[in-house]
Amino acid sequence: MQLPGGRVDTFLQQIVNGLTLGSVYAVVALGYTMVYGIIQLINFAHGEVVMIGAMTAFTVINALAGAHVGLPPIAIVLAGVLVAIPVCMGVGFTLERAAYRPLRNAPRLAPLITAIGLSIILQHLAMIIWSRNPLPFPQIIAVHPYHVTGNPDGATITNVQIAIIVTSVAMMAGLLALVYRTKLGIAMRATSQNQSVAGLMGININTVISLTFVIGAALGAMAGVMVGTYYGIAQYQMGFILGLKAFSAAVLGGIGNLAGAMLGGVLLGLIEALGAGYVGDLTNLCQLSSWSDAIAERCVNDPNLTLFGSNYQDVFAFLVLIAVLIFRPSGLLGERVSDRA
Amino acid sequence: MHKLLDPKKYPRGAWVGIVLIAVALAVLPFALAGIGTAWVRITNLSILFVLLALGLNIVVGFAGLLDLGYIAFYAVGAYTYALLASPHFNLHLPFWVILPIGAAVACFFGVLLGAPTLKLRGDYLAIVTLGFGEIIRIFLNNLSQPVNLTNGPQGITLIDPFRIGSFSFAERETIMGLDFTGPVKYYYLLVLVVMVVIVINLRLQNSRIGRAWEAIREDEIAARAMGINTRNMKLLAFAMGASFGGISGGIFSATQGFISPESFVLVESVMVLSMVVLGGMGNIWGVILGAVLLSFMPEVLRYTVGPAQERLFGRMLIEPEVIRMLLFGFALVLMMLFRPAGILPSALRKRELETVEGAE
Repeated sequence: MQLPGGRVDTFLQQIVNGLTLGSVYAVVALGYTMVYGIIQLINFAHGEVVMIGAMTAFTVINALAGAHVGLPPIAIVLAGVLVAIPVCMGVGFTLERAAYRPLRNAPRLAPLITAIGLSIILQHLAMIIWSRNPLPFPQIIAVHPYHVTGNPDGATITNVQIAIIVTSVAMMAGLLALVYRTKLGIAMRATSQNQSVAGLMGININTVISLTFVIGAALGAMAGVMVGTYYGIAQYQMGFILGLKAFSAAVLGGIGNLAGAMLGGVLLGLIEALGAGYVGDLTNLCQLSSWSDAIAERCVNDPNLTLFGSNYQDVFAFLVLIAVLIFRPSGLLGERVSDRA
Repeated sequence: MHKLLDPKKYPRGAWVGIVLIAVALAVLPFALAGIGTAWVRITNLSILFVLLALGLNIVVGFAGLLDLGYIAFYAVGAYTYALLASPHFNLHLPFWVILPIGAAVACFFGVLLGAPTLKLRGDYLAIVTLGFGEIIRIFLNNLSQPVNLTNGPQGITLIDPFRIGSFSFAERETIMGLDFTGPVKYYYLLVLVVMVVIVINLRLQNSRIGRAWEAIREDEIAARAMGINTRNMKLLAFAMGASFGGISGGIFSATQGFISPESFVLVESVMVLSMVVLGGMGNIWGVILGAVLLSFMPEVLRYTVGPAQERLFGRMLIEPEVIRMLLFGFALVLMMLFRPAGILPSALRKRELETVEGAE
């Protein structure tokens, strides 16, 4: 069957959008999976760390762009990132030190409840600092679309999307190198396997766990800047849904598994983009026009009589999460099966 | 007769206390109506939160399962009532038919959600329930297309009040010289419901099921070794918590007369959870205390924080709403860090601590 050119282009466009969003999810998912891998805690507040990264960077970028210091746009964005990363590292470190460490041996429920409390606190502190209104990303980088195919009206990929994908891949490669090629990485892997034995081998467990949080937060800060730049705004609530999706991505790939988080993130981005792009067509009731006269009648006036539209985009991540939990709880690449409660 | 209801079990002093509490509860709405009808409404809402917190306590406190989307069941109950008793579908079923339906629908969703996740670790349940809460809200917001089921973000209006024959809970009437407004009538109904729920909870806690939940909460593997069907027991806790949420939702619909997806956001789930945690997970009286404290807090903050800021700084720097949320967050974190058993710890936890000290 020959597909018309427009359809192929729509499909390619969804793939491009999905890859962009997916690489951001992957970077955020790494933050979840690293912490989970090492102390089996779902750090609910990680989404908020991402949000704080975006807000901090935007504040710096807005200030520099408004001051007309004559810096090139790339330098301004870089300055924003360079401020956001230490801020988020500080937040991550504080969370672990003040709230999670005292509860490390507490019953499982306690750190979970603490995490949700921290998430609420961070969200509302951010709201006090940055107000309820979304912060806009100043128009300093000219968005330039490149055509993916020869078709001039066809699918495009923008320079921002390319930058996001390239940066994400670079960060993931850097993290893998850190975990598998350095001494700190060995210490982290040892701690995640058995804390007390790792301690006996001379590893300072507390330092390793702190560093895990700090590295995850730094990745989160970058992800925040990327997702904020992509959508053009940052808001105090942005971290919540993003965090949930990234967590779903981590579970999809197999929580605790670094490669799994990356795969899960990219897959989830693609599922979401394709899902949102095609759910309207797939559930278009007008396909059933030949079955029912009532539907056919309504379709004359409204050819887009769909059951579900793209406004259900946020639902896909949860459906994926639930499906994974039912059919393959260990995730695509994970070997850690359901543990005791 | 159960020992709770056995009159001989209580000394005379306890009876005096019970009578005093009963009188206080009976007089309260009229005293509040003296200040303003708004306070009766606030009290009613507070009692609804007590109901919700007691329902969540079954899940979190008794069975130790963290449910972060509890408000979804409240929403399911509320929408079931609203759809079956409003001009939206032109259905006007009586409330005693709808409330069980609402409870059953909520229960169904509870099982649907719990079945795939309960055999996994508790943290998955937390995050799946969180997601479920969001899904329900997204659906409520969008199910106005292509068939108008929920009326989308506008919500459903003109929901019927509770009515028995010609006696309507929404109408004002004067009985024996006393002025019974709608909220006052609902107040008595709610107090009645809450008492029934408290008795159910107390009976549950000391029953075979309650002890099984407790065993699962403390150590699931040991509980399974003792012959408890852990998955079914957890599912039961989840289903019961959900049905209580569904019933509370139905009452909420009827008292408010209007509902929209806005009333069922994540913040509400967190609020109910804070009530349970603050009061003392697993302790019914603690949970009630937590619910009453936290549900009155927004009103108290509205009258204190706002004016205080205006006097100090000349303007409102931080809205009371934000302060409320911050307090919820800090309540969750600080309680976990310093007093994980809550303001009123459950007797069992206390006993456990005492035996440990005595053993030395």
